[in-house]
Amino acid sequence: MWDRNQMAARAALELQDGWYVNLGIGIPTLVSNYIPEGIEVTLQSENGMLGMGPFPIAGEEDADMINAGKQTITELPQTSYFDSAQSFAMIRGGKIAMAILGAMEVAENGDLANWMIPGKLVKGMGGAMDLVAGVGRVVVVMDHTNKHGDSKLLKECSLPLTGKSVVDRIITNLGVLDVVEGGLKIVETADGVTEQELRAATLATIVD
Amino acid sequence: MKKIYTNATEALDGLLHDGMFIAAGGFGLCGIPELLLDAIKEAGTKDLIFASNNAGVDDFGIGILLQTKQVKKMISSYVGENAEFMRQYLSGELELEFNPQGTLAERMRAGGAGIPGFYTKTGVGTVIAEGKDHRDFNGETYIMEEGIIADLAIIKAWKADETGNLVFRKTARNFNAPAATCGKICVVEVEEVVPVGSLDPDTIHLPGIYVHRIIQGDHENRIEQRTVREAK
Repeated sequence: MWDRNQMAARAALELQDGWYVNLGIGIPTLVSNYIPEGIEVTLQSENGMLGMGPFPIAGEEDADMINAGKQTITELPQTSYFDSAQSFAMIRGGKIAMAILGAMEVAENGDLANWMIPGKLVKGMGGAMDLVAGVGRVVVVMDHTNKHGDSKLLKECSLPLTGKSVVDRIITNLGVLDVVEGGLKIVETADGVTEQELRAATLATIVD
Repeated sequence: MKKIYTNATEALDGLLHDGMFIAAGGFGLCGIPELLLDAIKEAGTKDLIFASNNAGVDDFGIGILLQTKQVKKMISSYVGENAEFMRQYLSGELELEFNPQGTLAERMRAGGAGIPGFYTKTGVGTVIAEGKDHRDFNGETYIMEEGIIADLAIIKAWKADETGNLVFRKTARNFNAPAATCGKICVVEVEEVVPVGSLDPDTIHLPGIYVHRIIQGDHENRIEQRTVREAK
């Protein structure tokens, strides 16, 4: 089974040289620690920045330099800034090659739910709906099951959707699955996980 | 025509009325018009409708107007980090319209650019699409969203010249530029007003045509999530 960092490292293998990529909050943020050697990617932060650098050293925080999670960050030599309309123009316009984001549920047809649980405090979708509708490829990184042990890979999402048929690939602590015609296809299993175990933890249809 | 005012209260004089629609710049607490929000609180204007990506925190940003119950409705993409907001929303005192972040930005941009509506793929198949016009283009389904025109835009920039040409700083640009354009009147607060001619015309982010009143002031520029790494 993969831990958070191993999931992030596996997700980093999805990156291709020259890509502009948007990383969501949580495990997806960790992906930037594992960018393979020889691969150059530019990270977009949807509040208006391309070329996002690491967190600053203490004392060098700048209130005018934050990421979409409102954390202080730094700039790089190639950094550019722009306004929110421009930021989502490049997202909606398909210029961002890939988004890696977390999820509450993914359905076998690629439906994604990651923004609200009815009856619970709803904070809002932020830029998630724009990202999944606009970017070239959507990769979800999440635990395979929720805290009750129930599968998060379902035949149909039970929660309100963030996007319809938008997910391309799912990376969980148990393995990697692709959304294909008819259901999910197992790409690989995590270290120490058998295909049987992965199937048993999955409610979505698995096709061969 | 004089655009420079001495303080936020003076800059808003004659512009505020109960029930008005205000577009505000900022993302989280970054680049918010903190001085103008303070002045609106002092003015006591009520039943305000805000188009703003976020709602501030309890004691800063739009949050201070929630404490005084001056806000009737928020149009936002994300409103976490604000306990009083949630209390008023759950008790039905406050209306909330969630807009996807890019849709909100484009609604402001479009409204300011004389475009009353536009089609987007964002939100198709979700609750956001309910009741909205659907139309297919090149085999894909889109929904129509409407441009925003606000009674007033309040924004923050880094520098302004005396004619209102603006320069923003780093990620504090965010919603400030699109919000500015969608206001019938736009009031900006800046860290520094500089003489006409001292800004390079090629580096101006928002031309002064969109800006009607300007104040210079001291900003807290609060950081919401201070995150640092170890020095090597």
